[in-house]
Amino acid sequence: MITLNLNGKDHELDVAADMPLLWALRDVANLTGTKYGCGMALCGACTVNVEGQPTRSCVTPVSAVVGKRISTIEAVGEDAVGKVVQEAWRQLDVVQCGYCQSGQIMAATALLSSNKTPSDADIDAAMSSNICRCATYVRIRAAIHEAAGKLA
Amino acid sequence: MGKIETPDSATRGILNVSRRTLLQGAGGLALGIFFAPLIRGMDALAAGGPLEPNAFVRIDLDGTVTVLAKHLEMGQGSYTGLATLLAEELDADWDKVRVEGAPADVKRYNNLAFGPMQGTGGSTAMANSWEQMRNAGATAKAMLVAAAAQRWGVPASEISVSQGVVSHAGSGRSAGFGELVEAAASLPVPEQVQLKQPKDFKLIGKVELRRKDSPGKTDGSAIFTQDFKLPGMLVAMVAYPPRFGGVPRSVDSSKAKAVRDVVEVVEFRDLPHGRSGVAVLAKNTWAARQGRDALVIEWDESQAFTLGSEEIFAQYRDSASKPGLPAASKGDADAALAQAAKTVEADYEFPYLAHAAMEPMNCLVKLSSDRCEIWNGEQFQTVDQAIISSYLGLTPEQVSLTQLYAGGSFGRRASSVSDYLLEAVAITKAARDKGVDAPVKMVWTREDDTRGGSFRPLYLHRVRIGLDEAGKLQAWHNRIVGQSIIAGTSMEPFLVKDGIDHTSVEGISNLSYAVPNLQVELSTPTNIKVPVLWWRSVGHTHTGYVAETMIDEAAVAAGQDPYAFRHALLESHPRHRGALELAAKQAGWDKPLAAGAEGEKRGRGIAVHESFGSFVAQVAEVTVKADGSYRLDRVVCAVDCGIAINPDVIKAQMEGGIGFALAAARHSAITLKEGRVEQSNFHDFQVLRLNEMPKVEVHIVPSAANPTGVGEPGVPPLAPALANALFAATGVRLRKLPFPAQIKA
Repeated sequence: MITLNLNGKDHELDVAADMPLLWALRDVANLTGTKYGCGMALCGACTVNVEGQPTRSCVTPVSAVVGKRISTIEAVGEDAVGKVVQEAWRQLDVVQCGYCQSGQIMAATALLSSNKTPSDADIDAAMSSNICRCATYVRIRAAIHEAAGKLA
Repeated sequence: MGKIETPDSATRGILNVSRRTLLQGAGGLALGIFFAPLIRGMDALAAGGPLEPNAFVRIDLDGTVTVLAKHLEMGQGSYTGLATLLAEELDADWDKVRVEGAPADVKRYNNLAFGPMQGTGGSTAMANSWEQMRNAGATAKAMLVAAAAQRWGVPASEISVSQGVVSHAGSGRSAGFGELVEAAASLPVPEQVQLKQPKDFKLIGKVELRRKDSPGKTDGSAIFTQDFKLPGMLVAMVAYPPRFGGVPRSVDSSKAKAVRDVVEVVEFRDLPHGRSGVAVLAKNTWAARQGRDALVIEWDESQAFTLGSEEIFAQYRDSASKPGLPAASKGDADAALAQAAKTVEADYEFPYLAHAAMEPMNCLVKLSSDRCEIWNGEQFQTVDQAIISSYLGLTPEQVSLTQLYAGGSFGRRASSVSDYLLEAVAITKAARDKGVDAPVKMVWTREDDTRGGSFRPLYLHRVRIGLDEAGKLQAWHNRIVGQSIIAGTSMEPFLVKDGIDHTSVEGISNLSYAVPNLQVELSTPTNIKVPVLWWRSVGHTHTGYVAETMIDEAAVAAGQDPYAFRHALLESHPRHRGALELAAKQAGWDKPLAAGAEGEKRGRGIAVHESFGSFVAQVAEVTVKADGSYRLDRVVCAVDCGIAINPDVIKAQMEGGIGFALAAARHSAITLKEGRVEQSNFHDFQVLRLNEMPKVEVHIVPSAANPTGVGEPGVPPLAPALANALFAATGVRLRKLPFPAQIKA
């Protein structure tokens, strides 16, 4: 048994210590909002925030995050910054297929939590490791600026 | 209750055919209001249940309007578009409208653009639903109005409906949809309804309307196949042969079976689509992955495909030196070329491309002796039903398909051979035969998805054009060599004529530019055993590139402005011209492009292309640095897709199409070496990332024409517009995709 703090609550999960956090979330904790995209930390679809830091859950073994605060897309609306980001995403209709957007929103939330007024260059740096194959990038950028405006 | 009165009987409307007419054997199937819900409707009536006047809408007692979407939502906004059409005529409250994926049912949910087939593709979702969904909404509204008229004892013609409220101004009465549902459900479905005039549209054309799938896709609750679970379900992961056509010779599964939570190992081989593999079934995905990686397999590759991309191109160049089958013949292109004052000749090379949807292919199967249930982001319902039922020895009706969101597709989930679905079914059946009777979700890794075939085919074009002394385009000779997407599939009778696969030549065999001598020939190799498939905008991915870069070369050879040269040759194509004019105007084509910083070169290029009935023009502006690296700064896009149903969705599709096309122009290629796919994941099959996305401006050409698609048409013009811009900046013509990272003269 491994105990993980997921979205503010402790969960006991019967998983191998080397299981990536992604599969513990999806297959065992039933938090399927976090997605598998590449399995190699190349696309960002699996992004969750661990102690507020965007983290690729597909390459993070559960043993590495025991005792740490893990937040996922399912609880992003409960976070002051995350809620504003989520609303901006909806206001601008960023999503298309939507599969990568959990990761995008988590990455944007982490960015805006540490930088309230990101420049385009800051957004490039923080968000270019999250792939959107539908190429919703115009709106991702706009939604981050929109959320930053609301948070200012 | 008899005749349903309509608000304005003088208004010319579009007739709808009710289920009763259909039961009586009259025609009108094309309008597609079908009778299957009759039985459900009667059940519901007995229970005092919802109003279900047709296959596309259900209104519950609480007033919730559920739109049944016959089309897959894979990102292109089909759920929102279908709901918009229906809600418009129903005058529903948009906030009370929800969308549900319709089941597979060829009787009710055919794609009217495809003939007897249910499916989503070819950017047809809105075009084929334009009348069907509005009729469905208008029918439901007429019944609610009739119920209110009866209840209040007033003429139906005095009743109005707005935002989900039915009102009678004279008496001051009003009721929500939910209050009228029971009464309405007991009324006959009207024989005919009238549709609104465009001037009365409230939702169609409304920019502010938000997508129906945004909330669920921004809080983790939207369910994709990857997310769907059934009790007792196992996850399967497959070891595939390293080369297409390989089969397992021997399998040692002992290490795989020793992995915690691995349940079984099964093989499948000689499936109708020609693939074999070894699957590990486990209680979770991680165990399946570890088990799969622990398999020790010796592959029999005696029948496997062993050529590389370079050998394929060499073969194609040889084929291009000989005549192919004619796809278009007008005048005498050879003779005109012989007399031309100026000629341009070029070979174009296009690689294989993976779709690389963010959700790798997957499929959930539940099997019993007389039933197969599938959960999938389902793009080709009736094709899949037919192939799976045939494989299992069931009838198509015994195969049910439940529609889930697809995490992208770009054509990948519209497999004419049902490749990944069939494999999932075969695995589930093999497990069942071994006594493991459980639902199975087969999932691919990114590597499986990248290497799994069903690629956009590799193509070679050999093109010669000729101009006369006055710079007038006189001849265009275009040989295309590439695999057929359609040959050998159930669609061959419809899409291959006289040896010409329409999808190989579309966009060039019907070249829009006025040229008196046009020869398009196609050579279709049959020895290349790489599985191929349509990829967002299909043939236009290469024909559009060739047409729009070669016409640019013609303009330069003629000493004319690329915009003016195109414009002059499009006299008989007003919609091409309309898009071209709007893009050029909005981009400020008549003014010089602002200069770059010192050492930088800037360039601007234009392209216009018709695909799937829509017309898109784009102006691309680039900056090339001293080292030859470049940035696409801005794209100005004009689109004519008929009446704009959801302007913001159209805009989003142009933005996304531009980004998708830019990936293929800059980065993406699947290459084979000795039959093996060289790429595996996003580090070597590169797609676009945010830092390379240009600014995009989208302008919609006002139109009263019936709506056409937007999912694909934004793709074809981008790469040629970019190539033309890079030429303008550097003088280098780019005829091989993807482009080099640095453009050097």
